[in-house]
Amino acid sequence: MSAFMERITGSQSPLSSERSLRWSLALIRLGPAIILLLLIMAFNVLSPVFLTVQNVSNIVVQTSALAVLAIGQLFVILVAGIDLSVGSVLALSTVIGALVFTWNQGLGGSLSVAAFLLTGLVTGFLNGFMLTKGRLPHAFIPTLAMFYAASGLALVLSNGRAIPHVPGIVITLGSGYIGPLPVPVLLVAGLALVAVVLTKRLKWGRWIYLVGGDKEAARRVGIPVDRVILSVFLISGLMAGFAGVITAGRTASGYPTAGELAELQAIAAVIIGGGSFFGGRGSVAGVLVGALILGVIANGLNLLNVDEYWQLIVAGGIIVFAVELDVLRRYLEGRFRTLQARGD
Amino acid sequence: MEAEREQTSQDEKETPILEVRNMTKRFGATLALDNVSLELQRGEVLALLGDNGAGKSTLIKCLSGVHQPDEGRIFLEGEEVTLNSPMEARDLGMETVYQDLSLFDNMNVVGNFYAGREPVTPRWLGGWGWVRDGFMSSKAKESLESLQVNLPSAEVEIGLMSGGQRQAVASARAMSFGRKIVILDEPTSALGARESSNVLRLIKEAPEHGVSVIVISHNLEHVIQVCHRAVVLRQGVRVGEAEPTEENHERLVSMIVGGAAEEGKGEKQA
Repeated sequence: MSAFMERITGSQSPLSSERSLRWSLALIRLGPAIILLLLIMAFNVLSPVFLTVQNVSNIVVQTSALAVLAIGQLFVILVAGIDLSVGSVLALSTVIGALVFTWNQGLGGSLSVAAFLLTGLVTGFLNGFMLTKGRLPHAFIPTLAMFYAASGLALVLSNGRAIPHVPGIVITLGSGYIGPLPVPVLLVAGLALVAVVLTKRLKWGRWIYLVGGDKEAARRVGIPVDRVILSVFLISGLMAGFAGVITAGRTASGYPTAGELAELQAIAAVIIGGGSFFGGRGSVAGVLVGALILGVIANGLNLLNVDEYWQLIVAGGIIVFAVELDVLRRYLEGRFRTLQARGD
Repeated sequence: MEAEREQTSQDEKETPILEVRNMTKRFGATLALDNVSLELQRGEVLALLGDNGAGKSTLIKCLSGVHQPDEGRIFLEGEEVTLNSPMEARDLGMETVYQDLSLFDNMNVVGNFYAGREPVTPRWLGGWGWVRDGFMSSKAKESLESLQVNLPSAEVEIGLMSGGQRQAVASARAMSFGRKIVILDEPTSALGARESSNVLRLIKEAPEHGVSVIVISHNLEHVIQVCHRAVVLRQGVRVGEAEPTEENHERLVSMIVGGAAEEGKGEKQA
């Protein structure tokens, strides 16, 4: 029957085109890594300093705050949400952390570090709470509100000025070295490792993917959907706090306009790294690759003396390309399904 | 009842595995279920027939804990139970497969099999425990094998599967976890002929795995193929039952649409 259909429609034998579909899907999954590799090869040809140890170290250090934000953003995007507030929360955490340190310098500044992270957790909780209990229509709304509110609060608390008081431990975390290794990069590696375990190995992480895959079905199989959603905003907020530590450590101050546009960069890193806006798809490794792509573009174009503004245009182009890959993936999956229906 | 004679041993015959007594459910002014009684024997495949709006969906939603009936009692293996949530029904060994299947496109077959009840180690960590992927994978494959569900691979994402494969996975999942009863809502309505036959075989063989089944279907041919008995609802009322055979086809149809006066006498002729 199906052989007959193929003969009259003139399509390929199902096996060979099933294999080519599988290949295309695997290639799409590797898309971000391929883009990164091509960029590195291109910049290596164009600039002799690009692949020096010093420059590579620069890239990863400069990308570390973005990478941390993007890991947090990944969790939110996995449940088909979005967190627009992380840049403002980052700024607020640096201001509050610096203020706490000016009031109390005891315990080696650990109160200040706690203040950074707590700022992130509280704002993240508020985002998630407003979304789930306040029944707001989309994560866009509470996090947009938090984007404004956190930014405003940071300006109010600091009178709009930088506060040049952060504890030594924050400076170490943001710009220290252990041997040849930059501490912020180690921090990113540590957080990424925890995130990998959570997303790949723990039940809660599995549930995050299930909620992102189909919220209604998740409810039906007994997953506490609202608590899962709340938890991803807590994680995103906490990551904004960590990114605040790194940023304050690099500038040795709390700064109310730090992290401007960082939320969009974090979202871009997730999308470029293969996270799907439809939810349920994306990985920590992909997000790190996405953040590195943005970092490499900025650094490489800088080395080539290309006007800074061109970076934005290139980043925009790559975002569209990455999302088109996701659209293509969905199309190919549909084709694959049709093949399966004819074949079984 | 004659129909399930072969499947039921003598001593178990007395208590049906599931009994619904005088169930009534209202939605505002609408009487969705009006004093409906129903019994499902051990090892029986029971069809629930009726036109749109007959109350079939309401009935199974009451049986799966989604709705709570206004009146009436539910007995599972002779003991009265109340089903306040889908979880409670599942914990009692009753699984329901809805038309949307509740599958996750971004997960493979194994992930879907255990969605929401992933076994972890150590167990006391609950949601923060380590998912036992190896155990899940071997158990799921075992279940699929014993139910003879053939899939290209249990590692393939559900999103890449055809409608028939998806239905087979959802049904197999329900039969593996539904220790006692599996309820299927229109399992073949979205499937082609060949895909349907796989799912129908799965339903027909369910009693061999110790599972009793309630099937909602509009397709009388399929009901005749796999069900031992058919109960007909119309406008929230149980109007009769019959053994689904080719000879009873016309009578079942007229019971469903409300024709002649053979209501409530179906079983006498079987």
